[in-house]
Amino acid sequence: MGLDIEANKKLVEEVLEAYPKKAKKDREKHYQINTEEAQTCGTCALKSNIKSRPGVMTPRGCSYAGSKGVVWGPIKDMVHISHGPIGCGQYSWGTRRNYASGTLGIDNFTAMQVTSDFQETDIVFGGDKKLEVIMREITEMFPLAKGISVQSECPVGLIGDDIEAVSKKMSKELEMPVVPVRCEGFRGVSQSLGHHIANDAIRDFVLGKADLAETGPYDVNIIGDYNIGGDAWASRILLEEMGLRVIAQWSGDGTLNELEIAHKAKLNLIHCHRSMNYMVEHMEKAYGIPWMEYNFFGPSKTYESLRAIAALFDETIQENCEQLIAKYKPQMDAVINKYKPRLENKKVLLMIGGLRSRHTIGAYEDLGMDIVASGYEFAHKDDYEKTFPMMKEGTIIMDDPTAYELEELAQKMNVDLVGSGVKEKYVYHKMGVPFRQMHSWDYSGPYHGFDGFKIFAKDMDMTVNSPVWSLMKKREKVQKEEAGV
Amino acid sequence: MSKDRLSIPDYNTLFSEHRFVEQRLNKQQFEAPCSEQETAEALAYSQSAEYMEKNFNRKAVVINPHKACQPLGSIMAALGFEKTLPFVHGSQGCNSYFRSHLSRHFKEPTPAVSSSMTEDAAVFGGMSNLIDGLENSIALYKPEMVAVCTTCMAEVIGDDLSSFIGNARNKGVISEDFPVAYCNTPSFVGSHITGYDAMMKGILSYLYERSGLEAAPGSGEETGEKLNVMLGFEPYTGNFAEIRKILEAFDTKYTLLGDHSGNYDSPATGEYEYYYGGTRLADVPLAANALGTLSLQKYTLKKTQDYISGTWKQQVTALSTPLGITGTDRLLEAVSGLTGLPIPASLLEERGRVVDALTDSHPYLHGKRVALVGDPDLLIGLIGFCLEVGIEPVHIVCSNGDVDFNEVKFKEEAGALLASSPYGSEAALYIGNDLWHMRSLLLTDPVDLAIGSSHLKFAAKDANVPLIRVGFPIFDRHHMHRYPILGYQGALNLLSQIVNTVLDELDRNNSGFNYDLVR
Repeated sequence: MGLDIEANKKLVEEVLEAYPKKAKKDREKHYQINTEEAQTCGTCALKSNIKSRPGVMTPRGCSYAGSKGVVWGPIKDMVHISHGPIGCGQYSWGTRRNYASGTLGIDNFTAMQVTSDFQETDIVFGGDKKLEVIMREITEMFPLAKGISVQSECPVGLIGDDIEAVSKKMSKELEMPVVPVRCEGFRGVSQSLGHHIANDAIRDFVLGKADLAETGPYDVNIIGDYNIGGDAWASRILLEEMGLRVIAQWSGDGTLNELEIAHKAKLNLIHCHRSMNYMVEHMEKAYGIPWMEYNFFGPSKTYESLRAIAALFDETIQENCEQLIAKYKPQMDAVINKYKPRLENKKVLLMIGGLRSRHTIGAYEDLGMDIVASGYEFAHKDDYEKTFPMMKEGTIIMDDPTAYELEELAQKMNVDLVGSGVKEKYVYHKMGVPFRQMHSWDYSGPYHGFDGFKIFAKDMDMTVNSPVWSLMKKREKVQKEEAGV
Repeated sequence: MSKDRLSIPDYNTLFSEHRFVEQRLNKQQFEAPCSEQETAEALAYSQSAEYMEKNFNRKAVVINPHKACQPLGSIMAALGFEKTLPFVHGSQGCNSYFRSHLSRHFKEPTPAVSSSMTEDAAVFGGMSNLIDGLENSIALYKPEMVAVCTTCMAEVIGDDLSSFIGNARNKGVISEDFPVAYCNTPSFVGSHITGYDAMMKGILSYLYERSGLEAAPGSGEETGEKLNVMLGFEPYTGNFAEIRKILEAFDTKYTLLGDHSGNYDSPATGEYEYYYGGTRLADVPLAANALGTLSLQKYTLKKTQDYISGTWKQQVTALSTPLGITGTDRLLEAVSGLTGLPIPASLLEERGRVVDALTDSHPYLHGKRVALVGDPDLLIGLIGFCLEVGIEPVHIVCSNGDVDFNEVKFKEEAGALLASSPYGSEAALYIGNDLWHMRSLLLTDPVDLAIGSSHLKFAAKDANVPLIRVGFPIFDRHHMHRYPILGYQGALNLLSQIVNTVLDELDRNNSGFNYDLVR
């Protein structure tokens, strides 16, 4: 059943009425109601990946967040310097839950904040000399660190520090990779450019630098899984059970060596296409490695993806794949049987980073839930092209929606669940709208794979059906009761 | 009929399953990991005195510091005023970080906008971003005041807030009578507390100056403005309620300058309203007529205090966060001193009850060696509390106590406080150090308890010492900020938290025969 196209068009128009003229005109370009035509027309898409309006409470972050917070930060055996003033490193310290094995501070440096803590003198005289000292000190403090990355914050680019030269010099001196990453927060319009810059740095400084002793026909890479709450582990186990050999995991629980040998794989499997498409495309050109996007959210998409992956290999793998599915399907059916009756026909509004607003749809649909509006913080045109065909007619598709727009839409559409980030979360708690924080799974997870779907289903049920929502005395209701109506 | 029971292991248990343990071992063949021996040696080395020496000798790298940057504090200050929208002039990522960080501590929304400056603004300046941003944010979020602070980007390129805001008025984007307070908050100076101070001073001076009123200290007594109270960068909403309770017991009129407790403790009613509570804007110029101002974070509020004593010509009594009995005694004396009112009997009775509680619990606290981490004012309060109950502070780390104080020097005061008691004799104070230093201290010279924010949990775990969460940020425990830690009631809360942690540890580590029922 589709949604009411005209009614939703009108709804969006009403919401955007609140803006001053110039901003309204801009925001209108970031909305589209899904139609049959949009679903089939490969090129029609709303405006995306352009600047946010000033003053609107955009949910977006910055390049630094995309590079350090997403791509580089989870590489566990390197030390990542937040190069610049204190804040950026502090705010991104351990907040994305990129799980990694190892001992923190010894051979795993993920949940740490290592910074140059720029002071006024560093701004005036530059931080290059200090950066050298920092790198030497890092090798003293963390003798098992395999490499260093320099994650530039805004001032570094503005004052024109030459972190490339310092990195080159220090790489020689310390005999380890030292990677400068120009991910200053003012670059680009969101996290997205930071992903790209981070990927370019991996390409230029790391990729192809080591060898894999023995290669095999089933060697694959997991690309674009950040192991939030253990996601990559819950994915990897399926690939390995199917008989594939995962030689590199990017970048959640990843290591420098995995990045360096990844070019030896026979296939790149990419989960977060938005943040790492640059890499698989490069590896295809440079090393002839084919790639495919897969989706391990929800059993339907997971079966589909597993089969599509297996289809690229021989019969052994294909048989293993069917056995794997046969083994897990009863478990998945049991989960669906339990939770679907509780979640069927619930209306969901999603607004997540650059991929999950479409990638997770299958998981909701497996539970009988309807996505009525979906949008991204920092998606590009290709993301929207892939989104329209996945959505029902009449669905509201939105780009970089502001806090104001989301709040209005959630209320006017009377949704049963909102999935977005921590900045949005508590607003919906006030409103009495069930909410899941879908950037780091609300401190739960994993959500990937079969192990992950069980937790996903349980979490959605817990969220939508919690008795706490019914305790909320909504003002309207209270007034009516008081008036004796 | 069998019950439908699905086993759903979560992230906490799932990855301990054999299949995942095997997966991790198998993955190692691609990781080129260090050998077990290398790792064990490195771990042992990192716990050694030799390592500590190197750790304390590092000059440039900062590891796990206990401070954030200025604009974060500015946002908190701005949210202390009625219908005020914090506006961060600079790149937008910062604003997202501030909002997330504060929301993770309070478990509440943090409304704040940014001017979303990008490369072109880096070249041409951010004026048009600021002007457009003011227009959009006022239209959407309908504030009664906008409070603008800067990020390091805007500071490095030298954007001039005053003239930009003036230009926004000239262009008619904001009306002449719409208040836009502002302050400069470069992230490469000071920390979140410096930023709090900058915005607090910015708002007070701005609202006062535009009111056209002339400060007449003491004249407010007739109209009701007797006393101003500032709590500073206050991570406890419960502290606001507690200070109100105390002031109301005095039966004095007062103005809380900067009260963000409404915004960070708002009810779930089915509607979200953006602005809750806060100091009324109209009360700010009137506050210039009060008898005096009481500051409860004297290191945080340095510039604001100077402004009030200098421009409003008011008597300012500045204390650090009044924790414990002695700290609260001092608070009550200060209120009494500024208002001329006697200390109410009800508070003395409360004092007695809390002292009674302390006498009940003291055997479990006496001689406990603790490590402390926090902002300067919190640390002064905590040190005072520890000393008065016989707890011995040993390692005290303050990442942001090293700004140059002109009149009062944190280090001197903390040192004198520690020297005033035999329980302070083992203490060492580390100003400008970080939590990686603290890790070395905890490992080479163990303590019984650690007191500090969630960020201390890593070092505490490495040293196997229980952490009592006090301060900012507390991300991994719920509702701590709702319980006051200042005043007598706060002393009772701190006491309960600490003594029950000690008792939990006794039970957890019992050797079988001492799993006592009565304690």
